[in-house]
Amino acid sequence: MSDYIFYPGCSMESSAKAYHASTLAVCKQLNIGLKEIDDWNCCGATEYLSLDLIPAYALIARNLALAEKQANGNKTIIAPCSACYLNLVKADHYMYEDKALGSTINDALAAGGMHYDPGKLAIRHLLDVIINEIGLDTVKEKVTQPLKGLRIAPYLGCMLPRPDYGTRYSDTEHPDELDNLMSALGASVIDFPLKTHCCGGHMTQIGPSTAFELIRRLIASAEQYKADVIVTVCPMCQMNLDAFQGQMNDYFHTNYKMPILFFTQLMGIAFGERPEKLGFGSEFVSARPAMAKIGVETPEMVAEAAQAAKPRKPTGLPMPPPLVKAGQSTNIKEEASK
Amino acid sequence: MAIATTQARAPTFLEEILATTPGESHLDACIQCGTCGGSCPSGAAMDFTPRDIFAMVRANMREEVLKSNTPWMCVSCYFCTVRCPQDIHITDVMYTLKNMSIEAKMFNPVAADFSKTFIAMVETFGRSFEIGLAGLQNVRHFATRLPKLTPMAVGFFTKKGMSITPPKRIKGMKQLKDILKRAKELEVA
Repeated sequence: MSDYIFYPGCSMESSAKAYHASTLAVCKQLNIGLKEIDDWNCCGATEYLSLDLIPAYALIARNLALAEKQANGNKTIIAPCSACYLNLVKADHYMYEDKALGSTINDALAAGGMHYDPGKLAIRHLLDVIINEIGLDTVKEKVTQPLKGLRIAPYLGCMLPRPDYGTRYSDTEHPDELDNLMSALGASVIDFPLKTHCCGGHMTQIGPSTAFELIRRLIASAEQYKADVIVTVCPMCQMNLDAFQGQMNDYFHTNYKMPILFFTQLMGIAFGERPEKLGFGSEFVSARPAMAKIGVETPEMVAEAAQAAKPRKPTGLPMPPPLVKAGQSTNIKEEASK
Repeated sequence: MAIATTQARAPTFLEEILATTPGESHLDACIQCGTCGGSCPSGAAMDFTPRDIFAMVRANMREEVLKSNTPWMCVSCYFCTVRCPQDIHITDVMYTLKNMSIEAKMFNPVAADFSKTFIAMVETFGRSFEIGLAGLQNVRHFATRLPKLTPMAVGFFTKKGMSITPPKRIKGMKQLKDILKRAKELEVA
């Protein structure tokens, strides 16, 4: 089969490099060929639609026009970011349904010598392609290191299952695709009641207290179900639950330490890839204790290593000098394996 | 967009929204059941719940609606949209209201500034610039939070390997600018 058209999106190149690296590794294992759209632009997230409707759709449609032009046999776009995925689907859907909007957008595209015929491309999220094109049987065949004993909270967020213009998911509120995929990797999957609830989206930037409450609900619920890790399919969800977990803890005086990983990172581990190759160590809340449960040692986080290297201020009784020199790893297991 | 107003009188606020929202938004079919407000994750932070807003739209309370923070607090989770018994595309209507509040200069500054900064960067580079965006937004609106944000900012560079420099411009920047310029002209027309 010819290569899928790949739309990585901006986050994959900055805050979600771990998702990018693990996506490429997993797709290679599953023989999903990816051809990145040449010169793609930002999808505008939820922000451009808030300001200017027509330019927002034109911004998205330039990507669709590029993809249609560059498509070689396979007319399916894979977008691993839920916001990008929804924007691309939405533009295609409304350009098709609302002919007047479609011709207005094409009028704008013509100013740049571009054109897009809505309905010409299939726009899909990576999870959907893995489940419905590749199939769980193929996934199971690739598993060399089952995630036995790891308790996973499958978290999809909003924009993948809703509003689901292409009716690709089993339910808009309780879809089971991610559950099934994680089970196929050998993990114990909890029946996560908040699996499609909101991560706060851009509220961390415009109404932090609202965002913190939404983040708290998700993490508290996963904790109640004794999950070791929450698995996400979206860079925004990962960022909010992981990077803002510390601030949420400050705000509520709680002490949650729930690691948040991309589903592709765990697929990579199950397929026997090295954790370094999958972007482990880039998470704010370390996934080391969780991964250690299944005997996988993930790299130490840079900032943690830096903290460990800092000489502690002497407090209380005088103590002998520390045995660990600055810059040296404090992890004995890691040292021994070197 | 599909509904054309043929009446001689000026269109009502409801008709305006129906005409501007892509596709058939069905906003005129609201039965005031309140499923939207009850499903809304940020409802508690809103001046008026979506149900209130739709009643106010029907009552032609243009200014009150556009001045409210309700559309700006919408997180685009689409819970209301999929649960609405009348199939009203509520999230899309919220986008329309945000557009209108910007046009009428009645917008919520904290939220609108975020969108504006985001888009200014996309219009300059063709790609978004997360670090620059979060930095500007917090300096402008949440300066007191900055000390608490510092460890996180450090993490973005050390752990996530994010760059402090803006993204590289896309090759087709001129083409993109031409498209957006034309799109803005078409929006006014």
